[in-house]
Amino acid sequence: MTEILFVLFAVVALGGAFGVVLSRTPVASLLFMVATLASVAGIYVLFEAHFLAAIQVLVYAGAIMVLFLFVIMLLNLGHDYRADLKYGLWSLLALVVAGLTAGVLGQAFWGASDTGFRGDGAAVAAALDAAVREQGAAGVIAEPLFTDYVVAFELMGLLLLVAIVAAVVLAKPKT
Amino acid sequence: MLAYALLLSAALFVIGTLGVIVRRNAIIIFLSIELQLNAVNLAFVALSRYTGIEGQLFVFFVMTVAAAEAAVGLAIIISIFRHYKTVNVDRFNLLKW
Repeated sequence: MTEILFVLFAVVALGGAFGVVLSRTPVASLLFMVATLASVAGIYVLFEAHFLAAIQVLVYAGAIMVLFLFVIMLLNLGHDYRADLKYGLWSLLALVVAGLTAGVLGQAFWGASDTGFRGDGAAVAAALDAAVREQGAAGVIAEPLFTDYVVAFELMGLLLLVAIVAAVVLAKPKT
Repeated sequence: MLAYALLLSAALFVIGTLGVIVRRNAIIIFLSIELQLNAVNLAFVALSRYTGIEGQLFVFFVMTVAAAEAAVGLAIIISIFRHYKTVNVDRFNLLKW
């Protein structure tokens, strides 16, 4: 069952990714992207990362994609049908870069087996499941976030503040 | 399933790279970068099953950075659009020689 769902989500994610790159209108690209994000969230669920799956749907597919949609609407790019794929030397370069990246990543990932990727995989998974049963799906992420990684967490807040101020300043019309 | 998830993440990353290289629309290039971030997130989540909860924490941070990046990047795109009346990256040649 898990394998069937995984294949389904993987196919939707890959198809959506190709749709993002190849579709002619920005709005269609965006909707393909939402499909990809939703199916990646499904794969998160298969890996027992329920909280991240919820965040993925709410924040990524919900907020960030709607932000993109607002900008497309605001700039009135929704019916910009001119093909904007680069051909010639660029497609050659793209093929070379994609081939190299795929080769390196594929070689690194091909041998990853389900048990013993680093240490005892099954024991780590069992410990994670026990922690989720005890603290809940959000608690198991929140606990290290507010203890070991609290500095990084606060810096994240600062980063978001800076990003908000920067976005407002940049997007404001010059008077 | 770990190997397949990692290979899927590699495939998504490569497709995102392709999108960054071959498209001219700045917004689609941005979407492709988001796709690459998502591919890395997928690898993190898949590996967190085998190395501990830290992988999921990093996904949390990556999502925050992606949100900040989307806000600032889209503001820059709006600002550029005001100046050039287009989001075609071939027209932004001020720094080219």
